[in-house]
Amino acid sequence: MSCSSFEERSAKNGGGCGSGCGCASGGASLQSDEIAPISAARRFFLKSASAFATMALAPGVTLMAYAESTPANARPADQKVSAKNRWGLLIDAGKCQDGCSSCVTACSTENGWATPTRPETDAQWIRKLTVRDPKNGSQFSLPMMCQHCANPPCVDVCPTGASFKRADGIVLVDRHICIGCRYCMMACPYKARSFVHEPLQDQKEYAPRGKGCVESCTMCVHRVDSGRTPACVEACTKTGNNAMIFGDLNDPNSEIAKRVATYRTTRIRDDLGTDPGVYYQNI
Amino acid sequence: MAHITYQKLDDHSVLFWGLLAMHAALIMVGLGAVLYMEHHGHIVTGMNNAVVWGTPHVFAVFLIVAASGALNVASISSVFNRLAYKPFARLSGVLAIALLAGGLAVLVLDLGRPERLTVAMTTYNFKSIFSWNIYLYTGFLVIVAAYLFTMMDRGTARNPAYTKAAGWFAFVWRLALTTGTGSIFGFLVAREAYDAAIMAPLFIAASFLYGLAFTVLVLLTMCRETRQRLLNDEMVSSFRGLLIIFALAVLYFTIVQHLTNLYAAQHWDVEMFILRDGGIYTKLFWLGHIVVGLVIPAGLLLLAGSNAGKAYISERRALTVASILALIGGLCFMYVTIIGGQAFPLKLFPGKEVSSSFLDGQIANYAPSLPEVLLGIAGVSIAMLITGVALKVMPFLPKGEEYDG
Repeated sequence: MSCSSFEERSAKNGGGCGSGCGCASGGASLQSDEIAPISAARRFFLKSASAFATMALAPGVTLMAYAESTPANARPADQKVSAKNRWGLLIDAGKCQDGCSSCVTACSTENGWATPTRPETDAQWIRKLTVRDPKNGSQFSLPMMCQHCANPPCVDVCPTGASFKRADGIVLVDRHICIGCRYCMMACPYKARSFVHEPLQDQKEYAPRGKGCVESCTMCVHRVDSGRTPACVEACTKTGNNAMIFGDLNDPNSEIAKRVATYRTTRIRDDLGTDPGVYYQNI
Repeated sequence: MAHITYQKLDDHSVLFWGLLAMHAALIMVGLGAVLYMEHHGHIVTGMNNAVVWGTPHVFAVFLIVAASGALNVASISSVFNRLAYKPFARLSGVLAIALLAGGLAVLVLDLGRPERLTVAMTTYNFKSIFSWNIYLYTGFLVIVAAYLFTMMDRGTARNPAYTKAAGWFAFVWRLALTTGTGSIFGFLVAREAYDAAIMAPLFIAASFLYGLAFTVLVLLTMCRETRQRLLNDEMVSSFRGLLIIFALAVLYFTIVQHLTNLYAAQHWDVEMFILRDGGIYTKLFWLGHIVVGLVIPAGLLLLAGSNAGKAYISERRALTVASILALIGGLCFMYVTIIGGQAFPLKLFPGKEVSSSFLDGQIANYAPSLPEVLLGIAGVSIAMLITGVALKVMPFLPKGEEYDG
């Protein structure tokens, strides 16, 4: 029984909720004319207490509810990221439509980086590339983002270790120890990283960003850890193009692993030995 | 061996105070520029997501490279036992420290988060050449300070073995330091303009040239300040010869670097960009780096050393002009290397044309902004102010024969 029924019960029992919550039970010995002002005080106290309890407990309850609603393959919060997984993407350039940029829009919305208006200085975690063969004029387009390399040059060169690779292959920037030296941007062969050139507002709590730090695609790590797919992949699927697949490259039963094993795929600048986690098909 | 007497600067001219005040003012202006950039973010600079290192890095790397070279004179004295250079060894050491401090100040003040310097000093990724350099730079400061101590402390200086040991240690360390600085670029596998082991020896040769040029200019300025002939004709002639050799060494490594790239078809694009089609970068390479920075100084010094040339220009004047030109050329070399190398686009699909909203496949735009330039100049001023103050408070300068005029 909750304290919210205090007033009804106090009328019968002369005070105290009787639910064992310890909210107040000494009122029985008081005279009836003394009850009214005390009840008002109790009412105020209980209202405040219940409001406080709601504020304190609600986020936890919400999180529990959220956790219960997440897919079965979500990683429990107390479980370490495992090298058994190698998260990756397979992008079929044959299905990627020229004018479509739903993956870019989805990433921008999900992670809170505004649609770029100044191409030189605005952050772009993902972009659409048009690739043309000057010899015969043939061309294709594809999304380009951090390639989540197994041997990431950005991680190698970072002086503080702010650029790091998780055991499951996702390459991230720790915004707490990034000093903004931009050496990782010099080292990345994919121009995948952006520097935050000015103060920011309206950030997403799961994708912290900051002026003076470097950032890039996180493979929507917050979604991956809760068993969901990255926003770009979800958006691409919604368009019906189905050009992007996300999954565990180390799991031979995953769709991505099967397709990588079946079809001829390419990784961009594979010659550099970076061992990217993003595969491309039909390029 | 003749006894060497050292002096502090005490009889100050308008020139000394004027230079000191000018450098102090430039440092203040530079710090103002830093505050402006840090408040607004790097959006107020010319740097962007393609050219991520700009003018501050040009000055910073230039000063760091020169710092290592400034130790030339001390190394020649202690390691190679050339006694004629010994009077200038102290100045050489203090100048090396000052130049490195100036360069590092610029590098740190241009960070996106300069207030996290403590993070950089305490959290290391030992696979990063940047991390190695943090040790190489701080180690250099400590080792050169110890080297100076062995030269200046009366008790320690009595035993030349200490100075020799410290000199050797500093000599090896400075070579490692410049190798590390060159390798910041040489280790970048994705950048066609850099990705080569030759960056390290090229930077070492460049350090010899720029460091000696700085030493010569400080010494000649001090000749005017003290009204003493600190450099006799023999030393002028020796420095002249060294500058010629160092300029030719830089020229040699530059030629080898570009010739190697020109031989490989995959690097033709980037070579054509730097050598022929790169606009400002091509001009700075040929006119700034090669002609002004190497050919004219070497030619001028050769001319001044010949019997016929002496009628046109004295060795002393040629040394001054050549040193100034070598430093201007050095800044051009750094600009072409650092900014030109970034302006050339990354090749995501070799042999294909690439375009995107992120300006892939395009030559990147970059124009230095005023705050960047002011910060870079402040770095030079920090080095010069440290040197000036050091010469005033401690006896780093040798005494020379007085002259009038």
